[in-house]
Amino acid sequence: MSSEAHTSAEYIHHHLQNLTYGQLADGTWGVAHTSEEAKAMGFWALNLDTFIVSFLLGAIFLLVFRSVAKSVVAGTPGGLQNFCEWAIEFIDSSVRGSFTSKNNMVAPLALTIFFWVFSMNLMDLLPIDYIPLLLGSFGVPFFKVVPSTDPNATFGMAIGVFLLVLYYSVKMKGLGGFVGELTLQPFGKWGMPVNFLLEGVNLIAKPISLALRLFGNMYAGEMIFILIALMGGAWAGFSATNVTLFGSQILLSLGWGIFHILIVTLQAFIFMTLTVVYLDMAHQEHH
Amino acid sequence: MNINATLLAQTIMFALFVWFSMKFVWTPIVAALDARKKQIADGLADAERAKLDLELAAKRSAEILREAKAKAGDIIANGEKRGSEIVEEAKNQAKVEGDRIVAGAKAEIDQEVFRAKEQLRTQVSSIALAGASKILGREIDAKAHNDLLDKLVAEI
Repeated sequence: MSSEAHTSAEYIHHHLQNLTYGQLADGTWGVAHTSEEAKAMGFWALNLDTFIVSFLLGAIFLLVFRSVAKSVVAGTPGGLQNFCEWAIEFIDSSVRGSFTSKNNMVAPLALTIFFWVFSMNLMDLLPIDYIPLLLGSFGVPFFKVVPSTDPNATFGMAIGVFLLVLYYSVKMKGLGGFVGELTLQPFGKWGMPVNFLLEGVNLIAKPISLALRLFGNMYAGEMIFILIALMGGAWAGFSATNVTLFGSQILLSLGWGIFHILIVTLQAFIFMTLTVVYLDMAHQEHH
Repeated sequence: MNINATLLAQTIMFALFVWFSMKFVWTPIVAALDARKKQIADGLADAERAKLDLELAAKRSAEILREAKAKAGDIIANGEKRGSEIVEEAKNQAKVEGDRIVAGAKAEIDQEVFRAKEQLRTQVSSIALAGASKILGREIDAKAHNDLLDKLVAEI
């Protein structure tokens, strides 16, 4: 924004900093006002913006579906019920397509992942300066409104999925079976260390790829929105260059925004489908 | 962009959301969907049964119609027969009655003829008597000639 107050680097930096709550250098607890302060808080700090926005989005999603679930009727459904039923049938059919075992937890898990990730990604389409500016006028130093551009959120979910994968692997195959799967293939029992290395990487790759794919896509998307916003942000009085930049900002954000609708949906769907596939693999014996 | 406790908070939040969604969202809605599926299946089965019933009813109604037609034919035939019988009877009766009336009329006519003859005979005898007395020029003593007159009357 206002180029006289910020350089481009500062602008970008400002947009990529989470609102972090933790222990400050002087020993008191509070919100970090610079990214150095936030970094110095170490592990025991909370990104308030990520936490609050993702909680609100999840709560809205659950409340909407809950309100339908409470008044659900087997007869002719109304508008909102129609939508929820469509969503549930869509999730149900795609889970049935890739999950072969029986587990009542997987479909609701997929539903939650899809809508939660989708709504978090959707925040990317909000004009990127409005909310930080609005909250900034109340003294909030940073506010990153897209939770899925915070690796904490994506890794948090991926870890949840990973724990489920571990749990069901052990539950379905037994501890011995799971350890055997990790160590006895593909080279038989004499190749145990190599096997473990390969299978271990294979296992760890699942949550990491889940988290990084979503984070990378959304972060890159957000980054491009920020760069586009810089064009108009360079405004310094009427001149042919400035007007051209301003116009290009509008056109480019429109184009990128429309393209982003696809990415937002696609990433939510990919996260959901991969989760289902990983859980399916956890339920099945390798041969 | 630091990894911090938000990670744990997000994992816990995720778990809670999934739990809530499983318990309070997915189960009731899927139950309703299943109920509707069953309703529709039942409805289709009912429709199938109703169709069968309808076919049966149509067959039965056709049968009843055929029976009714046959019965109606019988009744009409019976009625025609009975009608011609009645006509026949009436004809016979009329003939008998007519004969009776004709016979009565004949008897009456005979009687009338007889009576007229009788009258005529007496009149003729008195005319003859008057004629005879005129011819003879004198009064015939009716008493004296009664035998003669009766003979005459009998002859006429």
